[in-house]
Amino acid sequence: MDATLSGTEATTALKAAHKPTGRISDPIFVGILWGCGLLVLLLLGLIIAMLFEGGLPALREFGISFLWSTSWNPVTEKFGAGVMVFGTVFSAVIAVIVALPLSFGIAFFLTEIAAGPLRRPIGVAIQLLAAIPSIIYGMWGFFIVVPLIAAYVQPPLIEWLGPIPLLGALFQGPPLGAGMLTAGLILALMILPFITAMFVEVLESVPPMLKESAYGVGATTYEVYRNVSVPYGRTAMVGAVMLGLGRALGETMAVTFVIGNATRMSASLFAPGATIASTIANEFPEASIGSLKLQSLMQLGFILFVISFIVLALSRMLVRSKLEG
Amino acid sequence: MNFAPETSIDIASAVNRATAPSAEPKLKVDKLNFYYGDNHALKNINFEIPEKRVTAMIGPSGCGKSTLLRIFNRMYQLYPGQRAEGNIWFDGVDLLGKDLDSTVVRSRIGMVFQKPTPFPMSIYDNIAFGVKLHESLNKAQMDERVEWCLRKAAIWDETKDRLHTSALGMSGGQQQRLCIARTIAVRPEVILLDEPTSALDPISTSKIEDLIDELKQEFTIVIVTHNMQQAARCADITSFFYLGELIEVAASNEIFTNPREARTRDYITGRFG
Repeated sequence: MDATLSGTEATTALKAAHKPTGRISDPIFVGILWGCGLLVLLLLGLIIAMLFEGGLPALREFGISFLWSTSWNPVTEKFGAGVMVFGTVFSAVIAVIVALPLSFGIAFFLTEIAAGPLRRPIGVAIQLLAAIPSIIYGMWGFFIVVPLIAAYVQPPLIEWLGPIPLLGALFQGPPLGAGMLTAGLILALMILPFITAMFVEVLESVPPMLKESAYGVGATTYEVYRNVSVPYGRTAMVGAVMLGLGRALGETMAVTFVIGNATRMSASLFAPGATIASTIANEFPEASIGSLKLQSLMQLGFILFVISFIVLALSRMLVRSKLEG
Repeated sequence: MNFAPETSIDIASAVNRATAPSAEPKLKVDKLNFYYGDNHALKNINFEIPEKRVTAMIGPSGCGKSTLLRIFNRMYQLYPGQRAEGNIWFDGVDLLGKDLDSTVVRSRIGMVFQKPTPFPMSIYDNIAFGVKLHESLNKAQMDERVEWCLRKAAIWDETKDRLHTSALGMSGGQQQRLCIARTIAVRPEVILLDEPTSALDPISTSKIEDLIDELKQEFTIVIVTHNMQQAARCADITSFFYLGELIEVAASNEIFTNPREARTRDYITGRFG
């Protein structure tokens, strides 16, 4: 370009250079991006609104006691969410209780103990667990795990632990195989990869110098883990557990296969039960449009949405507070 | 190359000049070779560290001085692929011995790092943590121990009213003195300082240097530093490392005013490094 352009010539040149991209296509591009972003909000809003609106008649019919009422009787058309809410939370809590120590162990093994050659295969295997479709877990649970538990796990537990006062209440009933415990175990396996992956990330973010400092005052590997690594990442770890809990709450197909699908409330680990998701999956096909049953199922869906939302929001908050701070 | 005979003469003269009550070497490094995988990081090091003196290790980055420090408390053993050959004698025990318990070694040879590394717990617990690993003290004894080492590290006055608040809320200089207190708390015989002031401001640095001067009454101190003025100020003896070799070791006032080796002179006059 000529170095001696006059002022006005330079301005025109600049304008010309900007015109094709700057004036027309950029606003379109930005507009599309806005659309993509807003679409998510719109969809989320519509889903919430649809669920709430669809379930509203059930809430009107049964009042707020729908939330804890334990009757679910399609014949008399008396519906309540109590059994399913209980089953959802109970099975998810069992899952977390089982998955948590395993995740701790695996994550610590992967970050601190496993040397090069072992680390990758185990890490990949954990991730592949997450890739197994839910329905496969359900089939495997139904055909393999349920009979095994009915034959080998439940009879001795009922015999040994059943008679103990209070604690025994967890081990009552016939050894059916399908039930809360089995659902919890399958769920544990399904949330294990998520919790482990996040634990690994947290443990890897512990500064090496901090760990060396603890080794430096004479701590053993376990003491460093227990007193330094875990406290350092505690908040994020709680967040990871909540995230796993959130997944367990909403899991449908695998649970539907193994939980026994009984709309009765029982404190026993072995009793068949139902979760919100499994009830919806089971009963949706039989609910006619406009029926009170369908409205009750919609309301159940809304309750599940709220529970999951709260758990997820809490976990995000905890994870973020740690990674930022 | 073998520096061993010259080295021991230098130590003796340095210690004489410092009018030592005890001239026994606390640590005696004997034909030490160290490898990071295939990388030969320390080459045939022979070195003596006198008791209750401050010994500085200087040299350009990558010369092996920090590596040597991390061998003294067996920190290298945490990492597969790092290995040491030779002997380091510590009260008649070979620190490189296979069946030695690293946790015991580390309680007798404490270490302070380049950056303050407070544990994510209260000031009190930061100190109690290490003590609990090796001794079972009751509450009163522990309180006493915490106060003792915080006083030794010259931060008692700043921390006595907030012992049970998180150590993460302290300033960098305070955190580093807490780390020194934490190291002292397990009553080691040797304290290793790995560039302890490299992350601190000048005022905090001078406090740490004063502290080092205090601590040598009771502890044997080995300090790695990039700051030659710091070595000159704090150390009784200074050693110069270059490319994995120990080039020269002498009394600090001697090495900084009249180095024997040309490479030492080039380094301390800033011609390279």
